[in-house]
Amino acid sequence: MKKTLALMLALAMVFALAACGGNSAPAASEAPAEEAPAADAPAAEAPAAGEASGTFKIGGIGPMTGDAAQYGIAAMGGAQIAVDEINALGGPVQFEFQAEDDQAVADNAVNAYNTLKDWGMQIMVGAVTTGSCVAVASEAYTDRIFSLTPSASSTDVTAGKDNMFQMCFTDPNQGKAGAEYITSNFPEAKIAVIYRSDDAYSVGIRDAFADQVKDSIVYEGTFTVDTQTDFSVQVAAAQAAGADVVYLPIYYQPATVILTQAKSIGYAPTFVGVDGMDGILDQEGFDASLAEGVLVMSPFSASSTDDLTVSFVNKFQEAHGQLPNQFAADGYDCVYAIYNAIQAAGVTADMSNAEICDALVAAFTADDFSYSGLTGEGMTWSTVGEVTKLPMAFVITDGVYVKP
Amino acid sequence: MVFFSYLFSGISLGSVYAIIALGYTMVYGIAKMLNFAHGDIIMVGGYICYCSMSYLGLPVLLSVLLSMAVCTVLGVVIEGLAYKPLRQASSLAVLITAIGVSYFLQNAAQLIWGVTPKIFTSVASFPMPGDLNSLGLSSEAVVTIASCLIIMVALTLFVNKTKMGKAMRACSEDKGAAQLMGINVNKTISLTFAIGSALAAVAGVLLCSNYNTLIPTTGSMPGIKAFTAAVFGGIGSIPGAFLGGLLLGIIESMAKAYISTQLANAIVFAVLIVVLLVKPTGLLGKAVPEKV
Repeated sequence: MKKTLALMLALAMVFALAACGGNSAPAASEAPAEEAPAADAPAAEAPAAGEASGTFKIGGIGPMTGDAAQYGIAAMGGAQIAVDEINALGGPVQFEFQAEDDQAVADNAVNAYNTLKDWGMQIMVGAVTTGSCVAVASEAYTDRIFSLTPSASSTDVTAGKDNMFQMCFTDPNQGKAGAEYITSNFPEAKIAVIYRSDDAYSVGIRDAFADQVKDSIVYEGTFTVDTQTDFSVQVAAAQAAGADVVYLPIYYQPATVILTQAKSIGYAPTFVGVDGMDGILDQEGFDASLAEGVLVMSPFSASSTDDLTVSFVNKFQEAHGQLPNQFAADGYDCVYAIYNAIQAAGVTADMSNAEICDALVAAFTADDFSYSGLTGEGMTWSTVGEVTKLPMAFVITDGVYVKP
Repeated sequence: MVFFSYLFSGISLGSVYAIIALGYTMVYGIAKMLNFAHGDIIMVGGYICYCSMSYLGLPVLLSVLLSMAVCTVLGVVIEGLAYKPLRQASSLAVLITAIGVSYFLQNAAQLIWGVTPKIFTSVASFPMPGDLNSLGLSSEAVVTIASCLIIMVALTLFVNKTKMGKAMRACSEDKGAAQLMGINVNKTISLTFAIGSALAAVAGVLLCSNYNTLIPTTGSMPGIKAFTAAVFGGIGSIPGAFLGGLLLGIIESMAKAYISTQLANAIVFAVLIVVLLVKPTGLLGKAVPEKV
């Protein structure tokens, strides 16, 4: 009896660990791959020297199922829209796009990468989440495949890899930007931070943030993937510490629980979220009044009224039935940035992967290369692969993002 | 003051564990198997209740009953399809099957309801006296504890006073002998699963009322914690599950508040190990020697 129990307990632990992987869905989902009409056409009809042409195969990697599916579906959906737009232009440069599911798990990402490599991927848009991206970035570095991630924001993603670029802020830059925003807008604030200690994204932002505003932090609470259903202790402790600003460098799902539990004990500080907070309003049945007044530092807002955003939002809504979030905009921008760089460098599709890679790296880091898209104006890239753009802060008011 | 607010959040958390642990312990006590799919039946219960409230617009009570009915059927079907054929197999084979069923349910839920979190409107929300509310004792926690106590008493009475309960106890002690005495063992075990799954539906609704978000993996972590709680209190013992759940929740909250939020889970499991070293059958495992 004792033995069986011990055995079962041991198994329960194993099971618990398996569950900790955050991945409990080996379901195969068909990635929304679209066959470009020019797939089998010769690489270039009349390639003039130095002029970009041909059909490029772009591979995308992101979570289409699992806990983080919202991000992958959005980023890949955004990329698909850009690909369709570019193909519809009928120019000499055409794209073929295929997205593979990695469920935000590093092992799966490498498998997805290999699938795409077999398919003939020449340029990669991905991976969407940091852990996966770190894993595939080293593969792409070895294989010399140019990569631009829409949203993997850790510095580990680009470290030591000259061909890996980011469309989103790095975590430290985001933490710093958050700290600057809070110190200039809430100079006397007592700050509480609640972050996820087993997540590189969350820890990366928190570290840079805490560095900047060390003295104003009155409480720091952590959680892990196993404990992200209950925050009553952290919220009560933040309240007891007298914090009037609560910084949440986490994804929207635990943030929702934090907002609910803070409301239930009548605690109403200013919550400040990072780009992972984006998506909070899209949850089915979400009571938008919970998020009223929450500050989100996100480079994109679907409620912006410029032509580019409006047309993108319409196309995305048509395809997916919901408003695009920042990840979708990042995915869209990735494809266009690559398109611009291909033209700037005069890359043709019949070049080898290594040649394409070197030409694009040179193009991205060139002094005169900048890209303006949905998530920022005049973005430039450093040789490290980090993007430089301005952060934007939005306040959630009546269920939409409003510039303060 | 802050101490009480930590205590109350511990009790709230613990009451959720306790109500899930009741289902675990019940099935374990009678069928002698760990139904790891229990956590996922909870999730299904939550989704059914959510759908019936938001899409069908049914009133709360009816939604909960519907969700109990669906889960009961689901539990019996799972038992019949996945566990019954393995009645003579080793307990490990059944355990692995249970893990398989658990993944199956999660993936099926993902296909049916998608991965975007659903926000569950609390079914147990009523205004609490101001003082209690600011101390973190929510109406949901009160309802959860009350339901937990009612279920515990009802289950104990059912098992000890009714004929079916007697059959259950007989199966729990010796399946072979029970069969010789003319007890339909298969029917008894199916009934156990039916009750356990109906409880899971209630637990699901209360879990979601407490924590609001509903995703296909909602049940897995609370399920594992509740299993721990059941072992902690003495698996097979109904009051033990209740006690174990509450204690586990309180220890977790206190560890988070006073030691480290990061080490909370490690501390919970360390306490479990110490308890099992001192009392291998769990806290109440000895006091109630007959399994359920």
